[in-house]
Amino acid sequence: MRIELTVNGRHEAAEVEPRLLLVHLLRERLGLTGTNVGCDSTSCGACTVLLDGQSVKSCTVLAVQADGAEVTTIEGLSGAGGGLHPLQAAFQRHHALQCGYCTPGMVMAAVSLLAEHPHPTEEEVRRGLEGNLCRCTGYQGIVDAILEVARTTGGAER
Amino acid sequence: MTSMVGAAVIRKEDPNLLTGRGTYVDNLRLPGMLHMAFVRSAEAHARIRGIEVGAAAALPRVHGVFTARDLPELPPIPTVVPGLERPSLARDRVRFVGEPVAVVVAEDRYVAADAVARVTVDYEPLPPVPDLETALAEGAPLLFPEHGSNVYAEIPPAGDAEAALAAAPRRARLRLVNQRCAPAPMEPFGVVADWGPKTLTVWASCQSAHFVRGQLSKLLAVPYGGIRVIAPDVGGGFGAKQSWYPEYVVAAVLSRRLGRPIKATETRSENLVAMTHGRAQVQEVEVGFDDSGRILALRVMVTQDAGAYPGDAVGLPMLTMIMSAGCYRIPTVVTGCRAVGTTTTPVGAYRGAGRPEAAYLIERVIDLVSDETGVDPIEVRRRNFLPADAFPHTTHLGFVYDSGDYGKALRRLLEMIDYEGLRREQAARREDPTRPLMGIGFSTFVEMGGVGPSAMMEGLGMLGGWESARARVNPDGTVTLAVGTSPHGQGHETAFAQIAADALSLPLDRIEVVHGDTEVVQEGIGTFGSRSIAVGGEAVRRASLRAREKATRVAAHLLEAAPEDVELEDGRFFVRGSPDRGIGWEEVANKAYRPTQLGDLEPGIEVAAFYEPGLTTCPSGAHCCVVGVDRETGRVTIERYVGVDDCGTVINPLTARGQVMGGVAQGIAQALYEEVSYGESGQPLTSTLAEYLVPSAAEMPRFELEHVETPTPANSLGAKGLGESGATAAPQAVVNAVIDALSHLGVRELQMPLTPERVWRAIQAAANGGVA
Ligand code: FES
Ligand code: FES
Repeated sequence: MRIELTVNGRHEAAEVEPRLLLVHLLRERLGLTGTNVGCDSTSCGACTVLLDGQSVKSCTVLAVQADGAEVTTIEGLSGAGGGLHPLQAAFQRHHALQCGYCTPGMVMAAVSLLAEHPHPTEEEVRRGLEGNLCRCTGYQGIVDAILEVARTTGGAER
Repeated sequence: MTSMVGAAVIRKEDPNLLTGRGTYVDNLRLPGMLHMAFVRSAEAHARIRGIEVGAAAALPRVHGVFTARDLPELPPIPTVVPGLERPSLARDRVRFVGEPVAVVVAEDRYVAADAVARVTVDYEPLPPVPDLETALAEGAPLLFPEHGSNVYAEIPPAGDAEAALAAAPRRARLRLVNQRCAPAPMEPFGVVADWGPKTLTVWASCQSAHFVRGQLSKLLAVPYGGIRVIAPDVGGGFGAKQSWYPEYVVAAVLSRRLGRPIKATETRSENLVAMTHGRAQVQEVEVGFDDSGRILALRVMVTQDAGAYPGDAVGLPMLTMIMSAGCYRIPTVVTGCRAVGTTTTPVGAYRGAGRPEAAYLIERVIDLVSDETGVDPIEVRRRNFLPADAFPHTTHLGFVYDSGDYGKALRRLLEMIDYEGLRREQAARREDPTRPLMGIGFSTFVEMGGVGPSAMMEGLGMLGGWESARARVNPDGTVTLAVGTSPHGQGHETAFAQIAADALSLPLDRIEVVHGDTEVVQEGIGTFGSRSIAVGGEAVRRASLRAREKATRVAAHLLEAAPEDVELEDGRFFVRGSPDRGIGWEEVANKAYRPTQLGDLEPGIEVAAFYEPGLTTCPSGAHCCVVGVDRETGRVTIERYVGVDDCGTVINPLTARGQVMGGVAQGIAQALYEEVSYGESGQPLTSTLAEYLVPSAAEMPRFELEHVETPTPANSLGAKGLGESGATAAPQAVVNAVIDALSHLGVRELQMPLTPERVWRAIQAAANGGVA
């Protein structure tokens, strides 16, 4: 099947098998390997991207379902200048990553969380991240980074 | 220049990882690369009658389907028990669900999965041995009938504790189960192998590129120079990526056969049955003590579930034995162990590897003694602590604790928690049936860090226990450090640059750290056993100081002074006493490569250091967990988690905190949520992340963490390492807290994980007058 979609602002077209997962379209066809795969049961959130502005687990979306949609991955977050998005910078300041494998998904989930709840409580941040697993950090740095961005920007980014 | 060691520097590693530029193995795409996937055993224990591969091989875009018979050149996986080798592909018999029995190679992972589904294996089932009880029963089915027993290795107790136990005024027993856990790094295991005419190149998600090269060289009979191993960004390891997996040789052999690069990456469901599990011990413990809570004798028998094959698991209970007495002075300690085969996933190192099991054991003993005597658990700990002047302390098995001050960490912890206030609140909540019960649990632990020296590591099949670093001063005055450790999240690029910055008097951004590539880095050992800072960091410091020495000689020549009169401060070399007669690092570095200006000096500044530690270090600490227990449901909530760690000198407080938090999170996960389990037929019941419950941010508390510093004499940094401390500290802090919450009901023992159901049952049993 032929699909067309916008990925990080670029128009893309591809001929795909109906069973191809969005995450594999991104990683293996479009070379966007920033989005990771950590499970096969929709449990870990490593594959989180934005689909028309909403965070989704790209391992549960078929590429054909993204036909006509707009996808933002971690590679598309910081913009052309290459500087860090405020959430990325806050993740670094708060040591919110160690091995970094969960990080792209975690950052994308955080972007969507702040878009929906610009002023979350700590409890809301923790519950909002329930679908994203990190094995390294114990989550505190991640939670603090998100809370700091919410405080300093009112969650206005994107 | 202010010291970089001790500064909370943000990590050099982060920008790449934050922007999706990580180089994890699965991101690699090589021209012509094919995907391989294993056909894995669906049976726990069976004879293989036949394997039908025709339907799979006939699929378009499949390049081959291979069984052990098709690949006679495949070497087995090394073992510490000769004769009990694990084949890289099962040949006649399978011994756990998930064991590879055949391998397919295809154009992409979807086609590979299609092909795997079309391979049929004819099994003749054998009786499963899903647990230790079955394995050790009279007439048990044997995994290796020729071995005559399921006991793969055994160390009988040296000596007899019975007399000392009998002489003690009181004695008590505990049977502790340290349940099987899955390390579950977020990145599953994977390799890419590309065996060209000249070189075998392997990219691996591993903890030591050099170890992998050494093994490949031995197993495939290829000289070191013909193999290059690269550990790119690695998405967590926790010990399990130090184990040896069949993919290494299978991917290599298939790459040579097919003349194409081969990628092998696990799915998570494969990871949960194929990657080594951890813990999986049963401990029979007996303790003798007096009414004041003084412990007089301890007897420990450890039974380690090794899983199907005797690999790394054989060493784990030995580490547990060594650390059994914890941070206490116990006059008589007698320990023994055995490693037993079951038809389950092989067991190996998991964050702490044998030491968390010891810390759990002795800290549960302490609380049991407290319960039995009525002496406060803090007081029992104090009365039994090795005093600060007891070091170096030699344990019952001859292991030496380098240094420690256990009272200091505990004092700081008590200042942080308001112990009396907590006890008052606990009493008030017991009286108020509308509120959850509250419990306070302690863990004063000690473990091993800086793992070496070589005598110990050689015994475990490693090349050694040393570590290496090479410092190259480039002609522009920047420094490239090549280190033999192989990080997978720990932040070595930052911490080692901090150490080198101080030694070289250079700013951090002038120092780059490279690692994990055998072609770029001199021989090294790797990252495990909390050794990277304590052993690798010392090698970095020594290499840096040697580079500084050479640079000083160059500067002396340029300044026309004697080297001993040249000083280095704030990146500038100058003659002592006349600071205006100076020259900057950049110029010295540049001139070092211009023999026309060097006189008799040899050009270049590049030096290596290999550091062999004299001692293992012993990181320690005192942690406290406060829990709430719901009276109706048994659900445990962590209300506070407070920890004081003593890892000696802290190199980077930010990343040190990160290590402790991550370890504590895994310890809490073991205490409350995680357990790998098997059904009676040996089928795994936890082979997805929907069944194996890795906790999320919603289950984790906020951590209150501090450090005290008792420097180790084992290295010049004074650093002990702390990668495994959190995981060693936490499980018993949580379990002691939950038992403390229920102790007034008569509950004395609970087995991990403390699921609501288990806790609820204990409450019910206690209410009905029974023993939990
Ligand atoms: S990879 Fe998508 S949820 Fe785990
Ligand atoms: S940083 Fe390693 S999984 Fe989150």
